[in-house]
Amino acid sequence: MTVASLATAERPRSRRRYGSISRDRRWALRWSYFFLALFAVFFLTPPVYMLITSLKTSAEISAATNPWWVFHPTLGNYLELLTSSQYLTFFRNSALVSVIVVTITMLISVPAAFALSRMRFWGSGALATGVFLTYLIPETLLFIPLFKMFAVFHEVTGIQLINRWWVLLILYPTLTVPFCTWIMIGYFASIPKELDEAALMDGANYRQILTRVFIPVALPGLIAATIFAFTVSWAQFLYPLAFTTSTDQLVLPVGIITSLIKGDVFNWGQIMTGALLGAAPPLIIYAFLMDYYIAGLTAGATKG
Amino acid sequence: MAQVSLRKVVKRFDDTEAVRGIDLDIADKEFVVLVGPSGCGKSTTLRMIAGLEEVSAGEIVVDGEVVNDVPPKDRDMAMVFQNYALYPHMTVYENMSFGLRLKHYPKDEIARRVTEAARILDITELLDRKPRQLSGGQRQRVAMGRAIVRNPRVFLFDEPLSNLDAKLRVQMRTEIKRVHQKVRTTTVYVTHDQVEAMTLADRVVVMNRGTIEQIGTPNDLYHAPTTRFVAGFIGSPAMNFMPCRLEEADRALVIRLSEQIALPVPDTRAARYSPHVGRSGLIFGLRPEHLTEARSNGERHIGIIEAVLEVTEPLGMETLVFFTIDGVEVCGRVHPNAGVREGLHMKLAAQLDHMHLIDGASGRVL
Amino acid sequence: MVDAALEPPTMAGVPRRRFGLHRAMQRKSTIAFAMTLPLILLIALLVIYPAFYSLHLATLNKSMERFVGFGNFLFLFRRETFWMVVKQSCIFAITAVIFKAIIGFIVAHFVHNIPSKGQRKWRGMLLVPWVIPPAMSCLCWLWLFDPSYSAFNWILDKFSISPIAWTGDAYWARFSVILVNVWIGAPFFMIMYLAALKSVPEQLYEAAEIDGANWWQRMWYITLPMMRNIIAITALFSLIVTFANFDIVRILTAGGPIDHTHVFATWSFWLGIQGGDIPLGASVSLFMLPILAVAAVFILRDIHRRGSEAS
Repeated sequence: MTVASLATAERPRSRRRYGSISRDRRWALRWSYFFLALFAVFFLTPPVYMLITSLKTSAEISAATNPWWVFHPTLGNYLELLTSSQYLTFFRNSALVSVIVVTITMLISVPAAFALSRMRFWGSGALATGVFLTYLIPETLLFIPLFKMFAVFHEVTGIQLINRWWVLLILYPTLTVPFCTWIMIGYFASIPKELDEAALMDGANYRQILTRVFIPVALPGLIAATIFAFTVSWAQFLYPLAFTTSTDQLVLPVGIITSLIKGDVFNWGQIMTGALLGAAPPLIIYAFLMDYYIAGLTAGATKG
Repeated sequence: MAQVSLRKVVKRFDDTEAVRGIDLDIADKEFVVLVGPSGCGKSTTLRMIAGLEEVSAGEIVVDGEVVNDVPPKDRDMAMVFQNYALYPHMTVYENMSFGLRLKHYPKDEIARRVTEAARILDITELLDRKPRQLSGGQRQRVAMGRAIVRNPRVFLFDEPLSNLDAKLRVQMRTEIKRVHQKVRTTTVYVTHDQVEAMTLADRVVVMNRGTIEQIGTPNDLYHAPTTRFVAGFIGSPAMNFMPCRLEEADRALVIRLSEQIALPVPDTRAARYSPHVGRSGLIFGLRPEHLTEARSNGERHIGIIEAVLEVTEPLGMETLVFFTIDGVEVCGRVHPNAGVREGLHMKLAAQLDHMHLIDGASGRVL
Repeated sequence: MVDAALEPPTMAGVPRRRFGLHRAMQRKSTIAFAMTLPLILLIALLVIYPAFYSLHLATLNKSMERFVGFGNFLFLFRRETFWMVVKQSCIFAITAVIFKAIIGFIVAHFVHNIPSKGQRKWRGMLLVPWVIPPAMSCLCWLWLFDPSYSAFNWILDKFSISPIAWTGDAYWARFSVILVNVWIGAPFFMIMYLAALKSVPEQLYEAAEIDGANWWQRMWYITLPMMRNIIAITALFSLIVTFANFDIVRILTAGGPIDHTHVFATWSFWLGIQGGDIPLGASVSLFMLPILAVAAVFILRDIHRRGSEAS
């Protein structure tokens, strides 16, 4: 072969080179996007459908036109719910409960995690594992005995615990504290021990080490744990369903279901609006703090 | 400023004794270096002085007061850690002032001390930065600043230069010495690097396996080691150790290294060594710097060793030569222009004024 | 370690009495214990005690006055619904977890394949089912499955397929429950597996490629073994949570039609709270214990193994 023909043989190949991705890689990428889009459709259809329905009037819904499209969009459902004192009561109850439970949870978890991860005392290892195990005891096992316990408590002390929204403040921490403690133990354990020692040499006592060194350094973990506690509290369904019945005591998940469904008539437009608004707080937190949210999830398993 | 004493201090971890009873007296303003291989107990000793480890037996006395049960924060000591241990979420200024802020010092006093320490360490422009924005050397300076600012009785250094690269290490070594000259505080410094020990210390404490091998000035340790371990640990390249026999020939003592090599013992040492004639297990010790090319200026007490050079390492200011005597590798240092090369048959002069005779069994230098 | 800091004096002869309380307060173990006390109290009173109390309740009669021993359990064993509940709970849990794991694994791979800039976006979108409170999303599915207005049936109708009774027919109802379960849970698996995928060093794959491995072999010999721990732990976690799930069945089918989708949680709610027979409800929920205990043992073993591997 002459040099010239070699040169021409090379050129087409170099012209076809697109960036530095080979053909195989490009096809793999295309298939990936294709399947990801498919799965995205699968995962996002319900929320999108919720939105679509929420923009429909009852008339349009019962007219049974294309359910996947809004022909006469209206914000009527939103206006009704946002001005309904009942719905706002649900929202208020949920918000109150969630915020207070988050506070209680962090007040219990953080010192406990600090003690369990840093201060070796007799039984700390067993206790840490025990905390983790309690997370595995489901609320569906406990709600019945708790129900009876509260009834007995009422008989003995006269304090009514059933059907009060603040009873949830006692119950929800059992769901959030074990896992939050576990997350914080993981984050605290990853702080190098020399930092403790440096602080000790600088003259700090244990309380100061916790507040001035550990909490600031483990802040991402704190945020992740807070988000977790909030999300769990907000979404709780079983405990409120079992323990609260009067309309003004209900939190959002239960409230929507029991009061928007009047008899046999389901006002789906309003129900979907209510559900979407109810899903909004966790979604908004997720949108802004996605990395912390995910860190909270993966911390539990990967940190073991 | 303080005087520190350790009296029969022992540290036990479960069943093992990391520190087996050490006695040490450190004078006020003295710079003492604890040096030894890893696992010798030097860091543990330092941490016991700091209060970060409990003392299993014995006493640690500071300025006449037994401090075994005094918590670290009340001992008025400051420590510089190997990994700097800077608070990642605080600025340099906040890191340095943390201890003072905990004790509620007035703000202007804090500012004064921090700026003074920053000036001494040349980190004034870094005061607003966070640790992750600093280089290793800068972080180490901040760690030192944190210690200086508290004006403690004792400075404790736990292998502070181990994480720095070689060049930076040399620079920081000089820094530390400079700082000690300015801020004359009793200092206990732990390192595994004997060069650091020799260059920084007023006195060096060589430790091995939980006990003190020897305490002395750098010079003492270099010229008059009392154990084989110290002799081999101090100095780089390390001292040559060759099994030998002490023989008597014509009323003069002779060190026999092999069939062919016999070195005359200087008469100054004859009295000291004569009881050990014929003893087995003797070891001849000589530093490479005392094994040079034969010079014609008639130095006293020279022994000639003839050898075939196996390896040469030119270092610029000198050349290291390696050969074997009866299977034992020996190192010598010759002038760079001595024209040495592998395979050269050479005569080397051993300066026997600097020789050491060691009892192999006990490790003691005779 | 830092134990030395707060230990009380051990020297003989030093008068300690007037420092007694002060020292006791300073003792590290006292502080540590005080810090964990709220946690211990919470768990003891509201988790451990009710769990045992449940055992006691299960041995009482309906009005909770008489002790009937195993009476409730025998009663349950004889009822056909009970065995349906057992079967359904197990099938739902196992099937759902298998599908969640598979889908999660596949999706995680696709997300891992695309350049990292886009990964965040896709990851964000795909996790949405997990973020929405299950109660809300189940309402949406209920609406999607509505007998008269089902949006799915509308699509089927366009292809001239007859409408499906998603919640009305026993077998379709079971399918629907599993489907919603998988929809909610697969994203969680995806996130976990994605994190695990990222932790496998790229160099292992490069070495394998040079050695001539194709993608299936790389998957089998590198990816799966490295991810074994995460796969196991996530599956076990999910098994427990899915097994004890309440929200989905309750909202979607309320256990129907004719008890064909009841699981332990919903049935015990039905009997205990709605039916007023607390001991019976307690008995039903107690049957979850054996499965939970077995799963917990496996999880513990895995944690200990990883703990000792790490050290």
